[in-house]
Amino acid sequence: MTDWTRATAAQMVAALKAGDVTSVELTQAHLDRIAAVDTDVHAFLHIDAEGALATARAVDAARAAGEELPELAGVPIAVKDILVTEGMPTTAGSTILEGWVPQYDATVTRKLREARMPILGKTNMDEFAMGSSTEHSGFGATHNPWDLDRIPGGSGGGSAASLAAFEAPLAIGSDTGGSIRQPASVTATVGVKPTYGGVSRYGAIALASSLDQLGPCARTVEDAALLHEVMGGHDPMDATSLNEPVPSCVAAAREGREADLTGVRIGVIKELSGDGYQPGVEQRFEESLDKLKALGAEIVEVSCPSFEYALAAYYLILPSEASSNLAKFDSVRFGKRVEKGNVERTMSATRAEGFGDEVKRRIILGTYALSAGYYDAYYGSAQKVRTLIQRDFAAAFEQADVLVSPTTPTTPFKLGERIDDPLAMYLNDVATIPANLAGIPGMSLPSGLAPEDGLPTGFQILAPAHEDARMYRIGAALEKALADEWGGPLAAQAPELEVAK
Amino acid sequence: MSAMTYDKAMEQFDPVFGIEVHIELNTKTKMFCGCANEFGAEPNTQVCPVCLGLPGSMPVTNEKAVESAIRLGLALGCSIRESSRFARKNYFYPDLAKDYQISQYDEPTCYDGSIDVVLDDGEVFTIGIERAHMEEDAGKNTHVGGTGGIQGASHSLVDYNRGGVPLVEIVTRPITGAGARTAEVARAYVATIRDFVKALDISDGRMEQGSVRADVNLSLRPKAAPGEDQNAVPFGKRSETKNVNSLRAIERAIHHEAARQAELLLAGEPVVQETRHWHEDTGSTTPGRSKEEAEDYRYFPEPDLLPVEPSREWVEELRSTIPEHPAKMRARLMEEWGFSDLDMRDAVNADALDLIAATVAAGAKAQAARKWWMGELARTANDRDVTLQELPVTPAHVAELQGLIDDGKINDKLARQALEGVLAGEGSPTEVVASRGLEVVSDDSALEAAVDEALAAQPDVLAKIQDGKVQAAGAIVGAVMKATRGQADAGRVREIILQRAGVEG
Repeated sequence: MTDWTRATAAQMVAALKAGDVTSVELTQAHLDRIAAVDTDVHAFLHIDAEGALATARAVDAARAAGEELPELAGVPIAVKDILVTEGMPTTAGSTILEGWVPQYDATVTRKLREARMPILGKTNMDEFAMGSSTEHSGFGATHNPWDLDRIPGGSGGGSAASLAAFEAPLAIGSDTGGSIRQPASVTATVGVKPTYGGVSRYGAIALASSLDQLGPCARTVEDAALLHEVMGGHDPMDATSLNEPVPSCVAAAREGREADLTGVRIGVIKELSGDGYQPGVEQRFEESLDKLKALGAEIVEVSCPSFEYALAAYYLILPSEASSNLAKFDSVRFGKRVEKGNVERTMSATRAEGFGDEVKRRIILGTYALSAGYYDAYYGSAQKVRTLIQRDFAAAFEQADVLVSPTTPTTPFKLGERIDDPLAMYLNDVATIPANLAGIPGMSLPSGLAPEDGLPTGFQILAPAHEDARMYRIGAALEKALADEWGGPLAAQAPELEVAK
Repeated sequence: MSAMTYDKAMEQFDPVFGIEVHIELNTKTKMFCGCANEFGAEPNTQVCPVCLGLPGSMPVTNEKAVESAIRLGLALGCSIRESSRFARKNYFYPDLAKDYQISQYDEPTCYDGSIDVVLDDGEVFTIGIERAHMEEDAGKNTHVGGTGGIQGASHSLVDYNRGGVPLVEIVTRPITGAGARTAEVARAYVATIRDFVKALDISDGRMEQGSVRADVNLSLRPKAAPGEDQNAVPFGKRSETKNVNSLRAIERAIHHEAARQAELLLAGEPVVQETRHWHEDTGSTTPGRSKEEAEDYRYFPEPDLLPVEPSREWVEELRSTIPEHPAKMRARLMEEWGFSDLDMRDAVNADALDLIAATVAAGAKAQAARKWWMGELARTANDRDVTLQELPVTPAHVAELQGLIDDGKINDKLARQALEGVLAGEGSPTEVVASRGLEVVSDDSALEAAVDEALAAQPDVLAKIQDGKVQAAGAIVGAVMKATRGQADAGRVREIILQRAGVEG
């Protein structure tokens, strides 16, 4: 009997169409897998077995009745808990929202419902997406299925781990500084941050509005493309959403598998290597470059000198916007309330108890950076750096069609290892942050396992704004070349979890 | 309060003032969401995830509100920025759903304007406008228990219906040189803004409902010595009196603040730079938060919204829709219509200018139009407790009614009966005259018969008339009018009496 949890979303689509499997079977298989392994992985904060099966049954009935169905109808999905879901608890990883059941759907939630995809549940994350390890979740950390003592990345560790543990074939992520790509890198999965504005943010609980972008998480480039096309598109409810057609990601991914990359210029960002980069990470990165070269691509070195200031600028802009976005968690209209007699004391006590340390750290940083007399030096300067980074990218894209780097400087570190060292934690995102500051799309896909620790390494591809399809094409080409060498997808090499044995 | 008065304060000090006016726009929907923008609904029935600030929700700018703001800016002679931004003003308060207000800060859409205000004696004073910017209103807190204030209340309720209602805030430059006329100028300025937003039809302009709200800044500085330049004397410390929400209150608040500050200054005490609350009942102000401990609003550009970038073509198109300055229009109409100051003021106060203008446009003479609207119709409106606009009679009806009089078809008395019919919904004046049979008796033979009968009944009166006491004819006119149930033309009746009596009229 086929273990459907090992299939790709594309294979599930084909099997559903052929009548080889029902959506109920697919959904139940994943719910069973969650029941078996999630006690150890803790990828989910909320599981909606009943809702998912109801959707699955409806899809099966519709298919039996010969109805025309959307491409991904019946394929189950996991949703990061940052996305509001009507009637399903939404916490953004914070106890301040414990018990809150939203009265409305995010635009992306609505699109998933319209695509008739059973929603398995909500995945764990660092509180309000602040973190690179999920250790800042108010509900306990998620564990990396490759090594349960290690971090699954963050903030979207729950979504990435759910894929790596075969609890879901597809998941939704959000990426403010790498929260889709870094977890993908450390779990040997695929994660894409679309062009800013490519996917509606309406209903995604805001961290830093000018940086946040929702995107697809999957185990293959093609699967990510399938989900990207469901999520993307203009939304009148999001003023910053792009008013242009969704890029043809699926076609690009399929074409990429057969691609001859002759004439494609691949720019290696000089500044994203060297000091702080683990040798095995760099080794796998070089090998991937060799694969691309073998497919005909030309490898060029590009320099982005302003990247030196990216992390500093990011840690001014993000906390500034976050300090304002998180003000609404004041106990008046929703969420936790710690009664203390009057409204001022109640607000204060609720926030003191409801927010974790990392959230408080960033609220304080942001409040300070926006204060009168400091604004120009901090927020103002950071915006200037942002402009310089955009110029660096513009110049680099003159020389190359896509830019590449290792997604993260290291393989996943141990849970607890950096929890008391915020700066070391922040450094994990050094390669992913520039894309958010510039609004360009980025993808991470597996490049192998580091020889020294046998843990996943990631390869990042960045494309100019609006050129999301370009990275799907090149990503799919590299994925195919690597899979040919490995004899299948890297995810299949993940050690079977003790509990499931 | 002591013996210090506004007038005395003005003898010794030179006032500098500024006014912030908030205009609630009359768009169908709120500033950043699709909820209805209406006054008076049940609490928390006009709300959605956006104006409740629920997690994940995002604002989208109401284009109609932008249009209203630009038109107002153009009316105030402002420049319209090619690219302006919204900003977040951060502060915690339960009526502010997101705990930040979306406003405009360093890049308001409208800036650098000026507007003339006309005082009662016709003097024109020019007010400099620093900016007019868009923002959203907050919800409304109601404190339960105690005296209704927050102190002593057992708990508070919040109604978010008003949260997100579109506002335009107009900020003046510091206004100098008004001297003792400061209070008058301030009042005239707010009145002008109110009249203008009504003429632009971007707000209902109702101060009593909070659609137009004013904050008044005032400071005093010593009067310059003879030969010295008053403008070289530095400004004093100012107070900002919040929520002064009627024209009379504007004047009173300035009177009070000027006297209060003058008294402090003369006693050698400092004026504290602070916000103050206006108390309508006592006509006085009390301190609010002092500016020294005021919050830092941590403004930064609103990342959820794109810049406002109106095309030049659109701005020019909007410029062509700007109505005439209300005070200047009034001056023009006063001359064209031959109204006295009092006529004009009464018509303005009764909100009858548009009705009179429309009646004139429909063919009536201005004085006749005024007579109907300010007389019979004003009384009816008053009796029925409705506005003139709400009466079931149109300017065209009034013009038609007056036309019937001018043509001699009916007299004033019959006209009032015809109007009664119109107000009762019986149709147009012509229709009512026909259906009620109100036309004057213009058949001379019928009138002659009635006159002869009356004269025969009162021979002594006939004798008096023939004696030259022509005014005695009034008694006969009265008798004839009675006999014809008022449907005779009194002038014609009088002519016939005099003919019969053999005397010339």
